[in-house]
Amino acid sequence: MTAYVIRRLLQAALVLFVMSLLVFFGVYLIGDPVEIFVAADADQVERARAIAALGLDKPIWEQYTSFVQGALGGDFGRSFVFGLPAVTLILQRLPATLELAFAAVFLTVVIGLPLGLWAGLRPDGFAGRTILAGSILGFSLPTFWVGIMLILVFAVQLGWLPSNGRGPVAEFLGIKSSLFTVDGWRHLILPAINLALLNIALMIRLVRAGVREVLPLDYIRFARAKGLSWGRIVGVHVMKNIMLPVVTVLGLELGAVIAFAVVTESIFNWPGMGKLIIDSIQRLDRPVVVAYLMVTVAIVIFINLVVDVVYSLLDPRIRLKDLDH
Amino acid sequence: MSSRLRRLALGLTVAFLPFAAAAQDLAIGLAGSITSIDPHYHNVGPNNTIAAHIFDRLVDQDEQQRLKPGLAVSWKAIDDTTWEFKLRPGVTFHDGTPFGAADVVATFKRVPWVPNSPSSFSASVRPIAEIVVVDDLTLHFKTQKPAPLLPNDLASVNITSRKAVEAPTAEFNSGPAAIGTGPYKFVSFQAGDRVVLARNDAYWGAKPHWANVVVRVMPNNATRTAALLSGDVQIIDAVPSVDLAAIKKSPTLSMASITSNRLIYLHLDSFRDETPMVTDKAGQPLKANPLKDPRVRAALSHAINRKAIVDRIFEGEAIAAGGFLPEGFFGASSKFQPDAYDVELAKKLLAEAGFPNGLAMTIHGPSDRYPNADKVIQAIGPMFTRAGIETKVQTQPWSTYATQSAGPTYAFSVMLVGWGSGTGEVSSPLRSLVATPNKDKGWGASNRGRYSNPKLDAAIDEIMATIDDKKREQLLQDATAMAMQDHAIIPLFYNVNSWAMKKGLTYAPRADEYTYAMTVKPAG
Repeated sequence: MTAYVIRRLLQAALVLFVMSLLVFFGVYLIGDPVEIFVAADADQVERARAIAALGLDKPIWEQYTSFVQGALGGDFGRSFVFGLPAVTLILQRLPATLELAFAAVFLTVVIGLPLGLWAGLRPDGFAGRTILAGSILGFSLPTFWVGIMLILVFAVQLGWLPSNGRGPVAEFLGIKSSLFTVDGWRHLILPAINLALLNIALMIRLVRAGVREVLPLDYIRFARAKGLSWGRIVGVHVMKNIMLPVVTVLGLELGAVIAFAVVTESIFNWPGMGKLIIDSIQRLDRPVVVAYLMVTVAIVIFINLVVDVVYSLLDPRIRLKDLDH
Repeated sequence: MSSRLRRLALGLTVAFLPFAAAAQDLAIGLAGSITSIDPHYHNVGPNNTIAAHIFDRLVDQDEQQRLKPGLAVSWKAIDDTTWEFKLRPGVTFHDGTPFGAADVVATFKRVPWVPNSPSSFSASVRPIAEIVVVDDLTLHFKTQKPAPLLPNDLASVNITSRKAVEAPTAEFNSGPAAIGTGPYKFVSFQAGDRVVLARNDAYWGAKPHWANVVVRVMPNNATRTAALLSGDVQIIDAVPSVDLAAIKKSPTLSMASITSNRLIYLHLDSFRDETPMVTDKAGQPLKANPLKDPRVRAALSHAINRKAIVDRIFEGEAIAAGGFLPEGFFGASSKFQPDAYDVELAKKLLAEAGFPNGLAMTIHGPSDRYPNADKVIQAIGPMFTRAGIETKVQTQPWSTYATQSAGPTYAFSVMLVGWGSGTGEVSSPLRSLVATPNKDKGWGASNRGRYSNPKLDAAIDEIMATIDDKKREQLLQDATAMAMQDHAIIPLFYNVNSWAMKKGLTYAPRADEYTYAMTVKPAG
């Protein structure tokens, strides 16, 4: 298993390198960042000063080599616009994004799993059919529309919840998070629901299909014949065997909601990484774009690795080996 | 209702109602992103807005950008190359230290120094060759050549404490260096998200109404409007055109608006002998660049129905333009009326210029950056086609458009751009947009069409050497007339800046688009 993990990490390093190359030159090709953020009435001298101050007067390959040198030492460059190290800027935003992502995945599990289970155990009942039909809505309604509707109903019409932004943060066990304040939760509920909706729908379908596949199998019948309680059959034997795809999808979803919660973060003005990346792309803030993609690629690779390890724990038949052995 | 039930109901109400803002708290929703608290780091609207709360300038600008005393009580030109500024006595910084000449000297030293600045204020202090401290409240600024606009330039330079002369930007963002003399004190800053301010009760000027101010960044139009409707913020800037009608009708909201200092115009490639985006009607290249002919440029201007653009696209919240700046600004005049919409005249002018069969071209505009920019350029395409110029329209996001439309690429022939005059007077667009590009003078840096007219250049030279305001105002009008008659650019319309707020509040709208908590007041 150690060899497997090491090999995966080496692959990750390669992916990161190729990524940096593509993004660095890609952003360079889009346009000249100085044109974007220099004041419109700046004269030629001021423009030349800004270009030199940001190191953009050097040839692009030289800029890239100095970027790689810095990156190897953990320095991904400074944001052109904020003047802060890009990684610092991203890490400042990371807690907000993680909060939102974990809240969304939490909702996915506590809502999606039981509903899916119910729909799988009673596929022909009224509730089961309703759940299934409801999940279609979750798939088909576009996120930005649902987000605006949530704001309109709960913030504008009913006035129960704030329309956007992140609540105040509090410190608990050394972690600063808005999850530890009541107002923080009030801000979090709507965007978390918005982000979770599609995932809940996916979870319902996945669990329902799994349950229906597993229920008629022999070992379930034997368990029933043995006189095990229904609760134990569902809770242990069914659940354990449908967990593989569920864990895979949860891992992918977590990666996706961390890296690409862009739409939800924009609509709810959530000060997370997704909003940062969109703003940075529009401003051609290359150091932030490059560093952001490096960080998200690293996170997604890490989550996938964790998922693989969890696999082998869930299903002893799976060994973490390369296929060519 | 039993008392238990009532308590429960009360508890629920408290739990679910948005935290009722105290009467002295104000939350502002801004469309633009605040990138720093350092007032010399990044010359961009939202940063300048925040800086104006924490700091003061020697010279202030009122809502129409006319100059008024700030930290300087008076200024005058003693001779052609010396400006005397008298400082305001009895002013203290937020940390209690008194303000004096040394702070001004330190500020002007810091402005060109700020490391990594993506857009600095160096150009504003560059005319100053030497600062002479006459006494603690009197300064003489010596300039190399006459600098009639020095007071206007200094209206954009925020005065920081002498202690902060070498403070890096990070120390402003985290607080220790964010010490000004302004009406508000810095409390906290989260980059790209919010700034929290508290009233400076020792302020030398009028005391603002609000004790606590939160400025929140909300770039998404729908989000900003929803935040106002739900009461999360009490005032927003840059009201989206689509929401104007609803907000005007709303019984719980009110609006404030003013003509902006920003002109939206078409720049035309009047430099190259062959221009890339114009052909004859059959798509064959032309021998000469028709945009060099003033008659063709005039034809394009007369082909545009400005009223339709203003009424249909902006719901009336824009003003058809015939000059560089709307009436009321220094050097502007009611003489400069928009060209009449006259398709026949346009066709006639084209024929006179030797194109009786018309032309074909592609015109370009940004898809973001200015309100409704994409819709405007899409509306202009068919207008040109009606006048006999087969026109295709292309839009690009500003991130690529900015590079493509400027040097050294110059990929376009006819392009839509906007210009806001930071100095609030007409020499700003004259120097930047229609003067022949000249690195030494700092002219024509945004002359994307590379228009060049030696007579106009000479007129601008004279303007920049004339200290006398009355005389300069006349010269500015003459130069504008020259540029407009020659159609150096085609002015389209002036933007209107609008704010929407909770009913019961008033705002003194500003031509420079800045949102000041100081001038948000309860009505009556």
